[in-house]
Amino acid sequence: MSMIEEIDFGTPRSKSETMVTLTIDGNEVTVPEGTSIMRAAMDAGHQIPKLCATDMVDAFGSCRLCVVEIEGRAGRPASCTTPVMNGLVVHTQSERLKQLRKGVMELYISDHPLDCLTCGANGDCELQDMAGAVGLREVRYGYEGENHVFAKSNGEINAAWMPKDESNPYFTYDPSKCIVCSRCVRACEEVQGSFALTISGRGFDSRVSPGMNESFLGSECVSCGACVQACPTATLTEKSVIEIGQPEHSVVTTCAYCGVGCAFKAEMRGEEVVRMVPYKDGKANRGHSCVKGRFAWGYTNHGERILKPMIRERIEDPWREVSWDAAFSFAAAKMRGIQKKYGRDAIGGITSSRCTNEETYLVQKLIRAGFGNNNVDTCARVCHSPTGYGLSVTFGTSAGTQDFDSVEDTDVAVIIGANPASAHPVFASRLKKRLRQGAKLIVIDPRRTEMVESPHVKALHLPLMPGTNVAVVTALAHVIVTEGLVNEAFVRERCDWSEFEEWAAFVAQPKHSPEATAILTGVDPKTLREAARVYATGGNGAIYYGLGVTEHSQGSTTVIAIANLAMATGNIGRPGVGVNPLRGQNNVQGSCDMGSFPHELPGYRHIAGDAVREQFEAMWDVKLNPEPGLRIPNMFDAAIEGTFMGLYVQGEDILQSDPNTKHVVAALSAMECVIVHDLFLNETANYAHVFLPGSSFLEKDGTFTNAERRIQRVRKVMSPKNGLADWEVTIGLAKAMGFEMNYSHPSEIMDEIAALTPTFAGVSYAKLDELGSVQWPCNEKAPEGTPVMHIDGFVRGKGKFIITEYVATDERTGPRFPLLLTTGRILSQYNVGAQTRRTENVVWHAEDRLEIHPHDAELRGVRDGDWVRLTSRAGETTLRAEITDRVSPGVVYTTFHHPDTQANVITTDYSDWATNCPEYKVTAVQISPSNGPSDWQKSYDEQARQSRRIAPAEAAE
Amino acid sequence: MSSPADRLIYMANQIGTFFRSQGHDKAVPGIADHIRKFWDPRMKRAIFAHLDAGGAGLEPNVLEALTSLKQATSLPEAH
Repeated sequence: MSMIEEIDFGTPRSKSETMVTLTIDGNEVTVPEGTSIMRAAMDAGHQIPKLCATDMVDAFGSCRLCVVEIEGRAGRPASCTTPVMNGLVVHTQSERLKQLRKGVMELYISDHPLDCLTCGANGDCELQDMAGAVGLREVRYGYEGENHVFAKSNGEINAAWMPKDESNPYFTYDPSKCIVCSRCVRACEEVQGSFALTISGRGFDSRVSPGMNESFLGSECVSCGACVQACPTATLTEKSVIEIGQPEHSVVTTCAYCGVGCAFKAEMRGEEVVRMVPYKDGKANRGHSCVKGRFAWGYTNHGERILKPMIRERIEDPWREVSWDAAFSFAAAKMRGIQKKYGRDAIGGITSSRCTNEETYLVQKLIRAGFGNNNVDTCARVCHSPTGYGLSVTFGTSAGTQDFDSVEDTDVAVIIGANPASAHPVFASRLKKRLRQGAKLIVIDPRRTEMVESPHVKALHLPLMPGTNVAVVTALAHVIVTEGLVNEAFVRERCDWSEFEEWAAFVAQPKHSPEATAILTGVDPKTLREAARVYATGGNGAIYYGLGVTEHSQGSTTVIAIANLAMATGNIGRPGVGVNPLRGQNNVQGSCDMGSFPHELPGYRHIAGDAVREQFEAMWDVKLNPEPGLRIPNMFDAAIEGTFMGLYVQGEDILQSDPNTKHVVAALSAMECVIVHDLFLNETANYAHVFLPGSSFLEKDGTFTNAERRIQRVRKVMSPKNGLADWEVTIGLAKAMGFEMNYSHPSEIMDEIAALTPTFAGVSYAKLDELGSVQWPCNEKAPEGTPVMHIDGFVRGKGKFIITEYVATDERTGPRFPLLLTTGRILSQYNVGAQTRRTENVVWHAEDRLEIHPHDAELRGVRDGDWVRLTSRAGETTLRAEITDRVSPGVVYTTFHHPDTQANVITTDYSDWATNCPEYKVTAVQISPSNGPSDWQKSYDEQARQSRRIAPAEAAE
Repeated sequence: MSSPADRLIYMANQIGTFFRSQGHDKAVPGIADHIRKFWDPRMKRAIFAHLDAGGAGLEPNVLEALTSLKQATSLPEAH
């Protein structure tokens, strides 16, 4: 193995289709119009020396190292800022150019430390490379003059010198090594869109400055790592590189955090990760990253990780470490015992949206074929199950319609109930880039999110009351229909016309107008009308949505309403448009595709269908149950009722992530065998009898499927610290239960998936290695996958309009619970925080806070930072308040990243009508001042502490 | 939502509410189909038992849908 070298072309690729031919150093080169001479030369294999240019940002032309000579032109222009033209004759090397470059380098080096041997960037420094490239052999000016290098000059304090900024936990800023090329500043602006960095001062005083001369940590910096990647010197360097040294080989893999699915190079030294660097050829992220994927992988070797299997008879007992075989037989005996006592349907399992497709597939196979029932579900139940239902009934597929590249062609982006800047940061950066080019943004969210507040972005914000999505989206449809903005040609061609007419008549009723619904939704009718007009007439309109849409009693209805809107305006079936769910977890799309839902086999085919079921029966050599199994909330109900007593949970913390914690505790406590398969003793493990240690994404082979249906490889870069990859653990458990599954590598599992699933028919590890990734459907009709769906017609045939009546949730405010609580995420933490809380990311977010509007706070005598008691009909908890007008009066907001906050003690049993996806986003609450943790929090904490005890190892037998 | 039956009645009525605006003739088969596709046998058995006991609390469309579904369904015995 060796390092994967990515060519830096110096300036970004031109998208022009007009080709231009010129001569560079005697070679004829043909490149797209708009390409720089620097890039054209690199295309021809000639690297022009450069420092301030890199292809992740636009050309800047400040270092003057890339000068070239062009026949017939005066002077020596910078090749990065000079575009190609037909017939140009360019020379990249001449006596004069050599002198000029040497002179430039000599000046740079005269104000740069010469500690190369002990420098963190030694071996990976462009300044060093360029000094070599131009043949710099001496610095005639000496080093004693005015400089930024030494703390003291001639015995005096050197005011120009600045100490290192070590405030960011992951990288250092060493101003003494800075050459002020401003690549970091431009990366922050152009790639990330944060504008956190600037160059302060002029001339010799120019310095890279986070914010107004703040520390990196104290500034608006979001620690995405783009500046570190852009830096050509040791000025911005990963602390891990400084500590370990330069990597010696690298492997391309896929991030295990959110549904964007960024491709990374894991840069390694032996089996130790030195750093994770976003991969330029990654089609989801195009070389960008966020703080989580780039830096927050330290959890994989955190001290709290459990590496040995453990068992116990009762949850009150301490854990006992045992061998894998002992754990498997213990678990198998318990599960089979339960089936014997309570019936075949009394056990089930939950697949993980964090594990690979192959692992998920195996868990559902174990349940359907080995357990002999369909009691399999996945955490998508509690996030995007309404997406699956809503898009499948309207369009015919349970997935988003576009690839992320599509955003580059979008003219109007509508974001509903999602906060990509926090939860899908790399997509947000790509969107913001498009917005800065002039695309319009509409945000429908109760809260003024980070998207709304992004620099250089003007959003049309519709701050609705939580729970009124259907009313708002239907009102948008009302405006589109009544103002004649429907794309009739599209609807007539692609959709069922009579269903459309019925729908149009429904939404046109005056009671659905923005004016009539404003009293419910709180949205200004004028703004709503403007938003509808902009979406319908502003060019390519794309809708992106998140859990603020799905996690409601009417989650599925809102998804349907969104699909109606896209069909009515013809915003489907080409780049730049579409309906795009932003998926929460890395493989939530994949876990749904792999048959994790109780009613569906892989590929979204109902278990009752005889033909499909028989295919699986033939391949698996078992008889399958044709009746759908229990969904997660139904499992809890059945457990309390006494008919569901055993559960295998892979990579999921249902106790922390599912609503109404007390109900979940009651359900888990009622079960006789809970098997938790995870990296850590998570909250669910407090109620478990068997703990099977998991392996991290760095320790196994497999695939993840991101929100754009893109299947990407996960590649093993180190041996599983727990001894077995997760797919091997499932096979071991299955075997102990008498169900053999024989695979020697995950690629064989993918081959089986491809053989059984038409949309995956063309997928294989060989193809993924060849193409990098593919988006399903990938089969005979689309051998290289499908970036945009429904191009010539909908998958289901005609697009189906369905009436969406607004029905208020039964979770109502009243005198006892006058405020509405809604929940969300922040950038540095991920989901329930099991991973990110075990990294340095806690410096950004050490606890969950309750956002409350100043009016509501004052009314209750709450000051910023005070402990408050948060009470709902389901329970109460305490946390500290943050007073802000990001939320409207009447609405409060919190995140759920920390188990001690127990935000889900508050959330209720209400759920989506179609899928039972819990209504996390609306809970009626009351707030009152408090002195500290509630009794529940204290007793929970005590139980957790007791439950996590591990008995000292007994002497070897 | 206290007893298990109450919860199922609530869920069935919620499904009924979605289909209500499509009119009786589409709503009844829509509700029946939804429950057929997504409810596990023990949930179906429980709601059918409630139906046999008079079906108190079920909306008219839902009652009708469940009656037709029950006739068309042969559930395996509880294992």
